[in-house]
Amino acid sequence: MKNRIPVVLLACGSFNPITNMHLRLFEVARDHLHQTGMYQVIEGIISPVNDSYGKKDLVASHHRVAMAQLALQTSDWIRVDPWESEQAQWMETVKVLRHHHNQLLKSSAQMEDPDPSKTPSASAALPELKLLCGADVLKTFQTPNLWKDEHIQEIVEKFGLVCVSRRGHDPKGYILDSPILRQFQHNIHLAREPIQNEISATYIRKALGQGQSVKYLLPDTVIAYIRDHGLYSSDGSWTGKGKIS
Amino acid sequence: MDTSEKTEVVLLACGSFNPITNMHLRLFELGKDYMNATGKYRVIKGIISPVGDAYKKKGLIPAHHRIIMAELATKNSHWLEVDTWESLQKEWVETVKVLRHHQEKLATDSCDHPQRSLLMDRPGRKRKWDEQKQDSSPKKPQEPKSTGVPRVKLLCGADLLESFNVPNLWKTEDITQIVANYGLICITRAGSDAQKFIYESDVLWRHQSNIHLVDEWITNDISSTKIRRALRRGQSIRYLVPDLVQEYIEKHDLYNSESEDRNVGVILAPLQRNISEAKHSNPTA
Repeated sequence: MKNRIPVVLLACGSFNPITNMHLRLFEVARDHLHQTGMYQVIEGIISPVNDSYGKKDLVASHHRVAMAQLALQTSDWIRVDPWESEQAQWMETVKVLRHHHNQLLKSSAQMEDPDPSKTPSASAALPELKLLCGADVLKTFQTPNLWKDEHIQEIVEKFGLVCVSRRGHDPKGYILDSPILRQFQHNIHLAREPIQNEISATYIRKALGQGQSVKYLLPDTVIAYIRDHGLYSSDGSWTGKGKIS
Repeated sequence: MDTSEKTEVVLLACGSFNPITNMHLRLFELGKDYMNATGKYRVIKGIISPVGDAYKKKGLIPAHHRIIMAELATKNSHWLEVDTWESLQKEWVETVKVLRHHQEKLATDSCDHPQRSLLMDRPGRKRKWDEQKQDSSPKKPQEPKSTGVPRVKLLCGADLLESFNVPNLWKTEDITQIVANYGLICITRAGSDAQKFIYESDVLWRHQSNIHLVDEWITNDISSTKIRRALRRGQSIRYLVPDLVQEYIEKHDLYNSESEDRNVGVILAPLQRNISEAKHSNPTA
């Protein structure tokens, strides 16, 4: 019987805040990889970006990590890893992948059963770490100076990409337009999300700033956290405007 | 502080809720925010009224499951509740009659409890201390006056509005009554044809002041049909429906190819009724 390759999905991003759409990416990607018959997704990791990334309106990483933790309380396979956010400064995605890949190798080595008589488990193969992203991120590979070419290559060659479709994007087109991506397209998995769910964190922040409801767009526990800590309000403090219930 | 009289509003959503999804729940949030922001209304309650089994829609699973899922979905809401009246009727009930039922019920409640608190709680539900604390906002020491009995309005998506055109699905007089006597709050995808639709209908045009179109900026395509399809294919529906609903569906294996085949070949109740009534009144047809 053919053994499936174990896969860990890593998503990097602001998660400012985390939304149901981020969480959906994982579910859709897992279903897609399982559908191929070749992979077994064993873990998902959310890695919120470092504060020094300097993106507008980015709230402190300890909040973003805490919110992701709350969101993932009910997930049995996805977890948050604060390593990237705890580094002294921002680091390129490829370095985050390298770090987590090393961690995977270490824990795989520790888990190896020294008993030779035991039948090797189906996941005796080394787990592969793949970058999970939306099609919008794939498009950013084209943005001048945002990514180093050698990093893009390392990402798609050594690790692999699982890219979940997003409305208004043409991931196949982005791949064909880039020589590097074209060369390693076998390592780029395009997952289609048939249920459009365009919950952008930008919209969430705007709605919160205007006192509008964001219920059912992100987990209740995250909404409560945002309210309790006065995050994303228009004047930087919780004014009690609008009832979030 | 604005203490002028605002009309209290109850949002009523009718539908299959087969199953209820985060999109349904969002409709309520968007409707409430919109109506409250006009400054003329205060939304005090939202009612989910799942359709009865006699509707005979393809793939419609028994009402008691759909009710339970809606209740699980609204467990953490302070203002949404599920009403079983419609689903408990033996025959299918026209939407205008459901509106009428709830409006009359509100009128009766108002008479019985003139001093009733503005924020109606679900019956039998104790208000927790922190909810009461939230209600007594320090900025509003007095309860603003309200204008009489709360008004029920139909909350819906653009698909329901456009279904007014489906032959024999709605009685013209029902549509008229809905927009004239009650009102519609229609959540539509930004850039949809809802306005054109209203323009092209004399009845809707006449009562356009009673039709509120609310833009939905987040494309939210979580249709129950797609949820059921995903379930049949073993795909995850997490984060598209509340966790409790997803767990309930899984535990009871509610949706599969057998369930989707329910009512196949059966004519939808409103079509059945309207066509036969037309025949009855016009025997030569």
